[in-house]
Amino acid sequence: MPDLGPVWLTAHLAGVTTLVLLLLGTPLAWWLARTRARAKAVVEAVTALPLVLPPTVLGFYLLILLSPAAPLGGWWVAVTGETLTFSFTGLVVASVIYSLPFAVQPLQSAFESVGRGPVEAAASLGASPLDAFFSVVVPLAGRGFLTAAVLTFAHTLGEFGVVLMVGGNIPGETRVVSIAIYEHVETLRYAEAHVLAGGMLVVSFLVLLLVYGVNRRNPLHVG
Amino acid sequence: MSGERLDIRVRVALDGFRLDVDESLQLDGVTAVFGPSGGGKSTLLRAVAGLTRPAAGRIVFADTVWFDADRRVDVPAHRRPVGFMFQDARLFPHLDVAGNLDFAARRAAPGARIDRAEVVDALDLTALLSRRVGTLSGGERQRVALGRTLLRGPRLLLLDEPLTGLDRVRKAEILPYLERLPAQFDVPTLYVSHDVDEVAALADRMLVLADGRVQCHDRADAVVAQLGLEPSAGGYGAGSLLEGAVVDHDARLRITRVDVGGDVLTLPHLARFPAGAAVRVRVRARDVALCLERPRGISIRNVLPGTLEEIVAHPDTGAADAWVRLRGARLQARLTVAAVEDLELEPGMDVFALIKSVSFERGD
Repeated sequence: MPDLGPVWLTAHLAGVTTLVLLLLGTPLAWWLARTRARAKAVVEAVTALPLVLPPTVLGFYLLILLSPAAPLGGWWVAVTGETLTFSFTGLVVASVIYSLPFAVQPLQSAFESVGRGPVEAAASLGASPLDAFFSVVVPLAGRGFLTAAVLTFAHTLGEFGVVLMVGGNIPGETRVVSIAIYEHVETLRYAEAHVLAGGMLVVSFLVLLLVYGVNRRNPLHVG
Repeated sequence: MSGERLDIRVRVALDGFRLDVDESLQLDGVTAVFGPSGGGKSTLLRAVAGLTRPAAGRIVFADTVWFDADRRVDVPAHRRPVGFMFQDARLFPHLDVAGNLDFAARRAAPGARIDRAEVVDALDLTALLSRRVGTLSGGERQRVALGRTLLRGPRLLLLDEPLTGLDRVRKAEILPYLERLPAQFDVPTLYVSHDVDEVAALADRMLVLADGRVQCHDRADAVVAQLGLEPSAGGYGAGSLLEGAVVDHDARLRITRVDVGGDVLTLPHLARFPAGAAVRVRVRARDVALCLERPRGISIRNVLPGTLEEIVAHPDTGAADAWVRLRGARLQARLTVAAVEDLELEPGMDVFALIKSVSFERGD
């Protein structure tokens, strides 16, 4: 039986990343869905960058940015006494950036399909913008939130290159499943690699099945 | 009714379209904002509601400044005590009918005293309460939307073409509610429409808007009488609004008789108005013909004697409008220049007005 530590660590990382990205991605996606500012195209392009950049490029820059010698990494060391590189926290920061488009894009398109109509209707009935967002937009964009959460979670599970660059391979801290599989293969321990790889395959499939299944069974009620 | 004032001085520029309005509205009963599509009616209403921000100007409702570009005042939509009813209803699809009503009731303006049960009752919504919004017909949807808007407790009701897009049957289903509710709940109303029949049925006052500018603003009957001359009504909808009272009904012949200033008109039977009820009837100018002698052996039921007051010829179209003074009312007739010349019609002549069709507009 292989060490299951990487499995829990991976789930933990994906869960925290999903939570953080829903909190950060929602206002960003809302702004992108509503704004007419010229900066929109720039922000959209930056948000989509992790889709096209090789993970090593992203990981390389993150490594430099998060290192204790850099302003951000140094500040973190001063405040918490820990480094961002080769730590779980650093992995969360890297994963948030790496999975950003998987949270923002489904949310943005869900907000866009809700449109201005219901928001204006809510405002005309006395709902403040925040009230209208939570009482009307969130329920109407519910599937967007589910899609964003599941895709972010699944995409973070599959992270490899960025983790390798920023986090290395520290058991219990940065040694996630994809890294563990790589190491098992390198050391020719195929049996353990099989268990973890097969597990990833099954879990990823089940997660995606959940998304598509929910989308099929609950078509959006359109008034 | 409240008798508050709404001062609107706004300039809105949207994708090449300009709205430029400077009007002071006395908010009594229903004021129709009437005009052709694209004339700026909805934009004006949205500016009043706070949904569209004007480039410049000032909007003051009963001494409360809602918008003032110079002083950078812009009260957000949710803090303006208005109820906005959209053409497309915009019910919330994730809530059932009751949920939509409660959404508004929970956020009702402070001090609003609108009773949920009374609204549900007035709009006959009881049977719909547990229905999903997606299963409602177009007419039901607008009824729910109107109820929801009232439950917000508005001090000003803004209705943006609530009947457009509904077929005749649905329109006839909603119209009675729109006639009754502003008075029942004592809310002054701005009603946007491009349909002269709707406006004639509902409005006390009329603001005609075309090309982003106010063309005229007056009592509804005066504007309707004048509309034949306005390009915005295409000349086709011109006619007279006559105030009258129901005399009696004849159920066998299916007719209702209405006294209009001393003359009695025969209308299709409409039992919902009891004898004595005040009603408003509309006679389209094109449904009125003139005759120099009382005709005999004629199927037209409404033949009224009167005096020709005024003739306006439109040489470019060959049409002519004539106004006939009846005992107590004034009637517009759409003739042709050829007929005027042939009959040698002149103001002061005694004529008989032959009215082919009269319709009820409303009962107060």
